[in-house]
Amino acid sequence: MFAYDLRLALDSMKRHPGLSALMVLAIALGIAVCTVTFTIYHAMATNPIPDKSSQLYAVTLDTWSAERPYDDEKPENPPQLLTYRDAMFLYGAKAAARSLVMYKSGALLLPERQGVKPFNATLRVTTHEFFPMFDVPFQYGQGWDAAADEGPRPVIVLSDETNDKVFGGENSVGRMVKLGKVEYRVVGVLQPWAPSPSFYDLNNGAFEDPEDAYVPYGWGKAQELPVYGNTNCWKPETGEGYQDFLNSECVWLQFWAELPTLADRDKYQAFVDNYVRSQKAAGRMPRPLNNRLYDVEQWLDRNEVVQKDNRVLIGIALMFLGVCLVNVVGLLLAKFLNAAPLTGLRRALGASRRDIVRQHMTEVLLIGLAGGGLGLLLAVAGLAGIRTLYNSDFNASSAERLTQIDPVIVLATLALALLAGAVAGLYPSWRIGRTAPAVYLKTQ
Amino acid sequence: MFEMTQVTKAYRTDLLETHALREFSLKVDKGEFVAVTGPSGSGKTTFLNVAGLLETFDSGSYRLDGEDVSKLDDDARSRVRNHKIGFIFQSFNLIPDLNVFDNVDVPLRYRRMPAAERRERINSALDLVGLSSRLSHLPSQLSGGQQQRVAIARALAGDPALLLADEPTGNLDSLMARQVMDLLEQINGMGATIVMVTHDPELARRAHRNVQVIDGQITDYKPYEPHSTPASVTVLHPTAADATYG
Repeated sequence: MFAYDLRLALDSMKRHPGLSALMVLAIALGIAVCTVTFTIYHAMATNPIPDKSSQLYAVTLDTWSAERPYDDEKPENPPQLLTYRDAMFLYGAKAAARSLVMYKSGALLLPERQGVKPFNATLRVTTHEFFPMFDVPFQYGQGWDAAADEGPRPVIVLSDETNDKVFGGENSVGRMVKLGKVEYRVVGVLQPWAPSPSFYDLNNGAFEDPEDAYVPYGWGKAQELPVYGNTNCWKPETGEGYQDFLNSECVWLQFWAELPTLADRDKYQAFVDNYVRSQKAAGRMPRPLNNRLYDVEQWLDRNEVVQKDNRVLIGIALMFLGVCLVNVVGLLLAKFLNAAPLTGLRRALGASRRDIVRQHMTEVLLIGLAGGGLGLLLAVAGLAGIRTLYNSDFNASSAERLTQIDPVIVLATLALALLAGAVAGLYPSWRIGRTAPAVYLKTQ
Repeated sequence: MFEMTQVTKAYRTDLLETHALREFSLKVDKGEFVAVTGPSGSGKTTFLNVAGLLETFDSGSYRLDGEDVSKLDDDARSRVRNHKIGFIFQSFNLIPDLNVFDNVDVPLRYRRMPAAERRERINSALDLVGLSSRLSHLPSQLSGGQQQRVAIARALAGDPALLLADEPTGNLDSLMARQVMDLLEQINGMGATIVMVTHDPELARRAHRNVQVIDGQITDYKPYEPHSTPASVTVLHPTAADATYG
């Protein structure tokens, strides 16, 4: 019977090509707008590390001024970054299953390979736990150990892209690469890895590309590698040297702790609070006790990775789809009621109400599916347009990442189109299914 | 095979109540060919709609082919219409986009019949009405008489217990009307039970029996006598009836 309904649906669409095209277009426009906004929202709201997001915590301490909060608009939020002194104490205490200190930096990378020009490589200066804590996959070799942090030793882990560029994609473990004036020994090469959003460093943009290479925190400190990112100070600092900077109240280091259970979390919170109390006793940290541990989702939320505007846009897109569907309902009603005499005839010849509803719903779902397909094409074009628009004055890779349609979005789009079709077609189909068979037979 | 007893049917609006059938009783035996005549507005079409389960009625009872069909729900009524009743309409009521084969196929589709069986029934019904060479013609490519023969084939393909014909020759010229009536007689001769509504006394005379409906009631009724042809027609108010028929 489905094949028969499908044939009737196709015949009906062919009989009124203009009307059918109008309905397909109305659904397509609504779907396209929704797909574009969903795609961007989906890229922003995806949990980048679902297996561990509730075990990884960004650690924050309210080390700010007594006179004013760190964030005037949200005074309950402590600074996102830590001072060197606090980060070193927390790291050294080893009170978590794992913890890490890190910051973003950069240096001129001088490849030996012929034809490859030197380029400014971004670096993540981090303690060795970065790789196991964030489940970073390796293609060759591995990360460094605690000894390399403490040594410190000039070792380096390259991203897949950097390894391609500098070593042509070969296994470069054991080979040397020169950054600035220092030669680093390659100990590992990552597989392609780009969590989105880049939850581990939201100070430098949630949708930035990951760094080109990773070096031990101890080595970065020893080399006084510069900070690429925010350094915030709440009082004038008098010293000018690097050691003065390390001793200052300026915040610039990211700190993460891995706490497998809620009990571990509570224990760590108590540990951090005790530390701050001891600092208050020593005359630091004048603000009320406000130390927060954010798991990954809370961290994304705190940093407003998905902004309110995006949620509003989703609402507007859905409303637009609703308006399109209302139009489709009107067109369907007109179309179906116009064909009521034929429906009356089918009823007289033995079609049940269910047969009639199913026949018309098949047509509506076909229109929905066609609208979904066209809507998907329009959405792809729309997203390409957004990429082009932002390529000139915005980070191209961020735009690229935010506007990627993945299979989930494709399936969701088609499901939404079918659902939209079903919603739009339900009333007209039900209404035409109620056609009294006798009414139209004389006029047919 | 077909028995209506004391059937009443009224159409109501806020202001008006119109009694279309009043204590309407009629029994038709298997194999009978009955003509129902009457002036416009007398209730002929309402009777046909009720008989064809296209409309419900208010009171009374109706048995069709041994089954009480008085209080069936909409689904069951559709099923009975599909399995036991064949319709022939004045304006043919073919689906303009479907060819001859597909038009005859419509009621069979709703029986969920296997394709091979449908094909066999369609071909044999179209053979019977002499249109097996026009399978792929659209209704617009056929004459009025041919269209009505397609409609008859559609009604016959499901092998119904009862054929209901509503002014089957009303839209045809006299030659084609005669051909269609010949066909109906032929089908009746093969054992089909036919109830035909007509305002044409000439056509009515070719049925086994005539009943006349005036004001929703049968005013003349003559029991079926299998070998008494042609049927006699008694019109109670001949002049007035002749003036208002149609």
